[in-house]
Amino acid sequence: MSTLAHIFETAGIATVALGSVRKQIESTAPPRGLLCDFPLGRPLGKPDDAEFQHRVLSHAFSLLQAQQPVLEEFAESVEEGGAEGLACPLPPRSNEELPAVIDEFRGLRPAYDRGIARYGNRAGTGRVISVDELERAIEALIRVVDGTPWKQAGIPGIPSRVAQDIRGYYELAALGLSDHIPAAWAGTNWFFGETEVGEILLAARAAMQASGEKRPIWFYMAPGDR
Amino acid sequence: MSDTQVKAMAEDMEAPVFEQVAFTQPPELSEATVAIVSTASLHHEGQEDFAPADVGYRVLDNRKRDYQTGHWSPNFDAIGFAADFNTVIPLDRLDELEAVGKIGKVSDIHLSYAGNQFDLSAIRTDSGPAGAKFLKESGVDVVIFTPV
Repeated sequence: MSTLAHIFETAGIATVALGSVRKQIESTAPPRGLLCDFPLGRPLGKPDDAEFQHRVLSHAFSLLQAQQPVLEEFAESVEEGGAEGLACPLPPRSNEELPAVIDEFRGLRPAYDRGIARYGNRAGTGRVISVDELERAIEALIRVVDGTPWKQAGIPGIPSRVAQDIRGYYELAALGLSDHIPAAWAGTNWFFGETEVGEILLAARAAMQASGEKRPIWFYMAPGDR
Repeated sequence: MSDTQVKAMAEDMEAPVFEQVAFTQPPELSEATVAIVSTASLHHEGQEDFAPADVGYRVLDNRKRDYQTGHWSPNFDAIGFAADFNTVIPLDRLDELEAVGKIGKVSDIHLSYAGNQFDLSAIRTDSGPAGAKFLKESGVDVVIFTPV
């Protein structure tokens, strides 16, 4: 992004680049940069907090007064949140004949629908497969965990992209269950740490790694620190 | 500690070095036309989604608010944007600044690129200059770049 700032300045447009990774913005050195110690995915820091967002923009616009390249740091930091910050009651078992993960997935559908109704679908859930096809994808992941090679398991697309759709469904369900906007990464931590499907997804990823699949196929099914 | 660790991985990515830094003096902010350029792979509903390693850009209509992210990465928090698009593309905030005269005008158009690129050559030589030219010819004086 700082690369683009150099290009746009060359075209005669004054720019201010926000950045949240210190070494990146320092190395690329945009003409005017504002380092914001905010979680990835939240470059304005806090959703639904107009006052905070205005403080960020005010600092950014102040850099337009500079007479030479400048890099400053925004004074406030925003921390990520753990899963404990997200009080999402998972649905109780309603059909003991189903695998727990499928029961959970179906049980969250009303919450997902509430999330969609309240916020729309900005996070792009359903980019590879529709919501109605996600259950089939989860069943395929179970087969991978049980030892079936992923290409034969019936995963309906590139595993990392299918995983993103599944995670999107759950994170939107989390929004539908929550009475507030969760702290950064709280939804992700909840998904991978507390849900049945998060456990299945990580297990499928581990199985693919153990079977010698190429790294790009399995690695991006979860954040890189997992 | 996902965020700290993911950022640590990003810090290891090689960053391009610019030996010469272009530096454009803007008009007074109260007279400037301001656009957002996001690298969060944003697009409108129904507009072409971003493919992995997509080096193109999408033109975003300021009058619409149906932005979706097409960012192919598990390494960011998506809930903030899902709940409030201003977390990534703060157009409501720009509208408020225009209303009180802090900025001259919010641009009618904004741009979005895919930020998680390993090879920046096409963006540096093609789509980057093309996007800049397009905004310049559209009367944009100032751009705020927002990552994801």
